[in-house]
Amino acid sequence: MARISVKVNGTQQSHEVEPRQLLVHYLRDVLGLTGTHVGCDTSQCGSCTVMVDGRTVKSCTMFAVQADGSEVLTIEGLAAGGKLHPVQESFWEEHGLQCGFCTPGVILSAVGLLRDDPNPDEHAIRAGIEGNLCRCTGYHNIVKAVQSAARKLAAASADTGPARPQSR
Amino acid sequence: MATATVERLVGKAVRRREDPRFLTGRGTFTDDVKLPGTQHAFFVRSPLAHARVVNIDASRALAHSGVRAVFTGKDLAEGGVNPIPVGWLLPGIKTPEFRAIAVERVRHVGEAVAVVVAESAAIARDAAELVQVDYEELPVVVDAVAALRPGAPQVHESAPDNRCFHWEIGDKARTDAALRGAAKVVRTRLVNQRLIANAIEPRASLASYQPATDELTLWVTSQNPHVHRLIMGAFVLGLPEQSFRVISPDVGGGFGSKIFVYPEEVAVAWLAKKLGVPVRWTAQRSESFLSDAQGRDHVSEVEMGFDAGGKVAGLRVKTVANLGAHLTLFAPCVPTYLYGTLLNGLYDFPAIHCEVDGVFTHTVPVDAYRGAGRPEACYVLERTMDIAARELKTDPAELRRKNLISKDRFPFQTQVALLYDSGNYAPALGRALEMVGYERFRTEQAEARKKGRYLGIGLSCYIEACGLAPSQVVGSLGAQAGLYESATVRVHPTGKVTVLTGSHSHGQGHETTFAQLVADTLGIPMTDVDIVHGDTGRIPFGMGSYGSRSGAVGGTAIHMSLQKLIAKGAALAAHLLEAAPDDVEFKAGRFSVKGSPDRGKTFAEVSLAAYLAHKMPAGMEPGLEMTSFFDPSNFTFPFGTHIAVVEVDVETGRTSLLRYVAVDDVGNVINPMIVDGQLHGGIAQGVAQALWEWASYDEAGQLTTGSLMDYGLPRADQLPSFETDRTVTPSPVNPLGVKGAGEAGAIASTPAVANAVIDALSPFGIEHLDLPLTPQKVWKAVQSARARERR
Repeated sequence: MARISVKVNGTQQSHEVEPRQLLVHYLRDVLGLTGTHVGCDTSQCGSCTVMVDGRTVKSCTMFAVQADGSEVLTIEGLAAGGKLHPVQESFWEEHGLQCGFCTPGVILSAVGLLRDDPNPDEHAIRAGIEGNLCRCTGYHNIVKAVQSAARKLAAASADTGPARPQSR
Repeated sequence: MATATVERLVGKAVRRREDPRFLTGRGTFTDDVKLPGTQHAFFVRSPLAHARVVNIDASRALAHSGVRAVFTGKDLAEGGVNPIPVGWLLPGIKTPEFRAIAVERVRHVGEAVAVVVAESAAIARDAAELVQVDYEELPVVVDAVAALRPGAPQVHESAPDNRCFHWEIGDKARTDAALRGAAKVVRTRLVNQRLIANAIEPRASLASYQPATDELTLWVTSQNPHVHRLIMGAFVLGLPEQSFRVISPDVGGGFGSKIFVYPEEVAVAWLAKKLGVPVRWTAQRSESFLSDAQGRDHVSEVEMGFDAGGKVAGLRVKTVANLGAHLTLFAPCVPTYLYGTLLNGLYDFPAIHCEVDGVFTHTVPVDAYRGAGRPEACYVLERTMDIAARELKTDPAELRRKNLISKDRFPFQTQVALLYDSGNYAPALGRALEMVGYERFRTEQAEARKKGRYLGIGLSCYIEACGLAPSQVVGSLGAQAGLYESATVRVHPTGKVTVLTGSHSHGQGHETTFAQLVADTLGIPMTDVDIVHGDTGRIPFGMGSYGSRSGAVGGTAIHMSLQKLIAKGAALAAHLLEAAPDDVEFKAGRFSVKGSPDRGKTFAEVSLAAYLAHKMPAGMEPGLEMTSFFDPSNFTFPFGTHIAVVEVDVETGRTSLLRYVAVDDVGNVINPMIVDGQLHGGIAQGVAQALWEWASYDEAGQLTTGSLMDYGLPRADQLPSFETDRTVTPSPVNPLGVKGAGEAGAIASTPAVANAVIDALSPFGIEHLDLPLTPQKVWKAVQSARARERR
């Protein structure tokens, strides 16, 4: 067993974990953050996508011990102060989800994509979320949701001035 | 008294009420339900497709720290677990025993031979590797056509020649005569390859037994929890229904694959009671590939006759359907009553005959997958139509248009038993051709070819059949269940409403669409309406969701209960208002006396009066709650035209889907945003069948596409945005006029894309390729064509 300290959604956590425990299982089984899902066993589906130190990561490809000392953001922590993040809001408005299982991972991928490329075209959006499998939507409305979120984030940053610092 | 004007919600793109919980990670899927003391099951699965289980030695696994127990198929059989039954029986069908855990013999790779229970999933998995199973390998057959040949390895002794059933529909003599008399008969052999549903949430189950009340609760990824309770309770486990509760909470997609009662669910329920602790199993994706029922897998010989004027004269189809190693719940009806009956398509065939052999092989069982039989029928018709257009040297759009059933012929009696409820096919075809710019495309295509670019266009005119019904008829055809739907609408004293529906949502958005319907009908805000589904402890006996039936059947059951509520409310309001019942009308949430709008009671006031019961008409019972069971008089039949535009890079064989146009008619629409979403998802799945997906087995019965690294599930960068439109032809079968939208996309899109690719390849003289049209297959075909040219 190994002791790790991780800040998850702003809360400092410290636990003894098995060295082989995957980050996703630490989040789900130890911290009870069941919004991060497991859809495959080959790192193909992206349902387990979270942010580690500001970068999107498939949390099934990372051991919990590798997250020691890191900051992790899961879907539960995205809606700051109970207000939906613009990406969440856009997925709702554009019907970017159906069964909702892949959704947390897709949303975090989209958040990461828009941090790297605030104004992606459709091709860039599709390339940016190709690591997340969705079986329900055919991606059509996911693309629309990301486009809409990009507009919202651009409008918000225009309101608050340029280069609003993002937590990394 | 002021009455708020209530905006009409039906027909509006109301955003979904279920979304906030999914958007914030607060959905509750089966694997998210946590119970203290839960033990974890892991199944030991056969690595061989056909073998005798000689011996199972679990001693090392049992000695592993943290392991609670190991059970084999024999333990379950001796512990009172009966075989899993079949829910649809055809005449002469062979139904070999299907046990949750194999006893003595395994018949496909992945069939469970033992289950390990341990304190964590990881320990159970470690210990499973310590279970020593001795197998005696037996000969294997994976191909259904080969399985029918004399001397083929036998899957079940009780099914000679591996034939599970032989089934026919239509008029053989008339079809033979029609084809003999036809000016032209187009013949082709079509393979509809096997697919895997791959809902992104893997199947899971969690069972908990309460000795104090003798109650067993099962959380399970099910599209139809009451079906699970009935089959598992009454037939497999012998549990009394009233103390067996099945909850299917949020379910992450189904596409048919979560209809059936699966071995793992049976085992988990049995284990929880046996061990007296909660027991969980959640599939790993690689297990899903080997244990979820798969879809399609037909080989068909097709003969389509035409008269000298290009009108269809007759259709003969002989299909071999691969059923896999066992019959799952509805497997027999998929390649028969959901397939042969759809071969009339949108066309005015004077004669049709179809025969189907259902065949056992050493592969994973096959059952319903999105469309279930209907995509197979559509592919037969629409692929053959394109082959025919080329042989008849006519335009494929024109050939289809010429043969459409005209709008004045409805209700239309088909040659294969069905009565189409309503339809108007030409406008959808016309609109789709207009949207895609068909004439202009042909010019562009010709220009592009001169520059060595290979563009193709493909059409598909589809019919879909939703809401399998009526129960009396399907019963006579072999269904072991009624196919109605239930709904209880419970009005609370404050006028708030809880709807208990037998339908189940696993992505379809019932909590929104059903609430739209209720809010509109009762003239109350949607926020006053709760929709409850997926819990046999709360809802009336219902059939769940499959076959695009929720709106047409489940929605109508709700509608019926609402009408009963309004009738009772009006009678009560009349009494309170001292008016004649016939003089009271209900509008915008208010009961009032006709001609005196001031004399009225709101819905909430009447609700309260019904529960106070201080002033009731003679003979009226207190309370305001109604239950209805709707058994439709017929299916509903959505239809439409889809068109795909592709470009094939002949140097790499890679197909790019450039445009996808879909014009669908699903009857009246409750929520257009949700209907479009259903179509998008269906289209993506059907496109993927045409281009990428294939459950491929090698000769030894190993699934060679057994992970998401190998199986071609579509990704965002492989698809375009879709261009959709609608025509609206309401269904007369239900008062809502709705038809169903869940499967249409998956039915229509596969042949549209296949036709487009073959159209693109037509300069090479390539007339047909079996799906999926992977780069390798296309490249090889182009290379062969070039080699032929050089000779």
